[in-house]
Amino acid sequence: MRLVVDLNKCQGYAQCAFLAPDVFAMHGEESLVYDPRPDPGQRERLARAVAACPVQAITADGLDGSPEAAGAR
Amino acid sequence: MPVDGVERLRREGRIVIVGASLAGLRAAETLRAEGFTGELTLIGDEPYEPYDRPPLSKAVLLGKAGPHRTELPRRRELDATWRLGVAATGLDLRAKRVRLADGDEVQYDRLLIATGVRARPWPKEPEARLDGVFLLRTRDDAAGLYGRLKAGPRRVFVIGAGFAGCEVASACRERGVPVTVAERAGAPLVGALGGVIGSVAADLMREHGVDLRTRVTVTALEGDPAGRVRAVHLSDESVVEADVVVVSLGSQRNTDWLAGSGLGAGPRGIACDAGCRAFDFRGIVTDDVFVAGDVARSPHALFEYQFLSLEHWGNAVAQAETAAHNMICGATDRRPHLWMPAFWSSQFGVNIKSVGVPPMGEELMITQGSTAERRFVGVYGHKGRVVAAVSFDNTRWLEFYQRQIERGAPFPVEHPTLDRRPGDRRPVPADFPDPSLPTHAAMVTLSGYSPADTRLVFHPARH
Repeated sequence: MRLVVDLNKCQGYAQCAFLAPDVFAMHGEESLVYDPRPDPGQRERLARAVAACPVQAITADGLDGSPEAAGAR
Repeated sequence: MPVDGVERLRREGRIVIVGASLAGLRAAETLRAEGFTGELTLIGDEPYEPYDRPPLSKAVLLGKAGPHRTELPRRRELDATWRLGVAATGLDLRAKRVRLADGDEVQYDRLLIATGVRARPWPKEPEARLDGVFLLRTRDDAAGLYGRLKAGPRRVFVIGAGFAGCEVASACRERGVPVTVAERAGAPLVGALGGVIGSVAADLMREHGVDLRTRVTVTALEGDPAGRVRAVHLSDESVVEADVVVVSLGSQRNTDWLAGSGLGAGPRGIACDAGCRAFDFRGIVTDDVFVAGDVARSPHALFEYQFLSLEHWGNAVAQAETAAHNMICGATDRRPHLWMPAFWSSQFGVNIKSVGVPPMGEELMITQGSTAERRFVGVYGHKGRVVAAVSFDNTRWLEFYQRQIERGAPFPVEHPTLDRRPGDRRPVPADFPDPSLPTHAAMVTLSGYSPADTRLVFHPARH
């Protein structure tokens, strides 16, 4: 699983930090810090965070449980 | 190209993308998403699949993301040929061929150049080679620097207070590492945000324990007999002992490989039209060479049609999508790249974001919050209209100001606003440095009206 957050879009609603606290954390009042390659065990929480983001700023792959890309495709 | 030509291109054409980072990846995905089924080749000088760079100066240095674990998520399968770890070294426009460092040549029907920028190195090579001296652009750079920060250096010295330099200093302080920052201008971030906001950034740094030295330059890096850096010499004759030095002097556009190709490529990037088609050195637009991302320089209708070079993450994505679309459609279906410039930075616990083109502004007004609270919006004006806004921990306002910029709303800002403070609300000079002087940190290069432009001369090679 890999993810990236478009921080131009991010408004600091922090829904992701509530839903997947091991992946996303607020850093200061409105900055977001995240782990771009979380453990597979975070899959469900990450999927919920992606869906819940009010500004749809999170892009992730591997959420369907398919094997991770082994190198470039 | 006639319609059947476009159809054939979409079906069985050969598209080559030089540059396998954010812009290259998103362009490749867009090509496939829009139905391109031909041969797709991505060429990248780094031996890694596309990875994200913004975390390298933030989450990675804080140990919250691994330096080798920031690969970008894929929007879709690409079915592409990847040539990673091999740089493009030349372009033959007539034969439609890209030359590679390993001697290979790749033929194209359409070419996208997304080679981006590299960190400007410390100019004195023997000093740059000292152990403990770092640049910060690639994930290998970040891995090296993170390793040193983790080991607990005595002092880190950052040369240049642009966004990257300030973010490194912020990470150092958060880790409890002493840090000195030297900046040639009077404050940090002046190239990107001007002197007024720069002085706010300076206060913020000092409050967090950064030893900030402004209006000084570094004259020499001193090594010990084992070849490790041990001190930094400054133009005011002071000497600072440091065992890690981060050279953060902005970037250089990766256009060297195009020298003599006949493209309009130079130190300011590759000029292209609003549809991302590259100009040749004569100023004539090409039909089959496109440009996207940090290396591109394109005219923007909202900003006096100035040619903007934007070293912005969001620009790389948006321009790549537009370029990819235009590469495989007929002339009347092309779209202009009219992305609203926007960026973010996170430092010393504050979220700094901007929309528009701040360096274009002559004047600045604080319209929400206050600089003393480190929570505010500043609006930049140029010739009586709003051209940019910056926020410190106040991102919710930026969308509003984006609309104001798009509408060409008047400046000084007249509308009644919320969250205002009593006191003097007149615009003040934004205090940007002379555009013809080099600044470390401008993330936007304005041109077209700059006196410095006349110094750029393109010398086409003879074929």
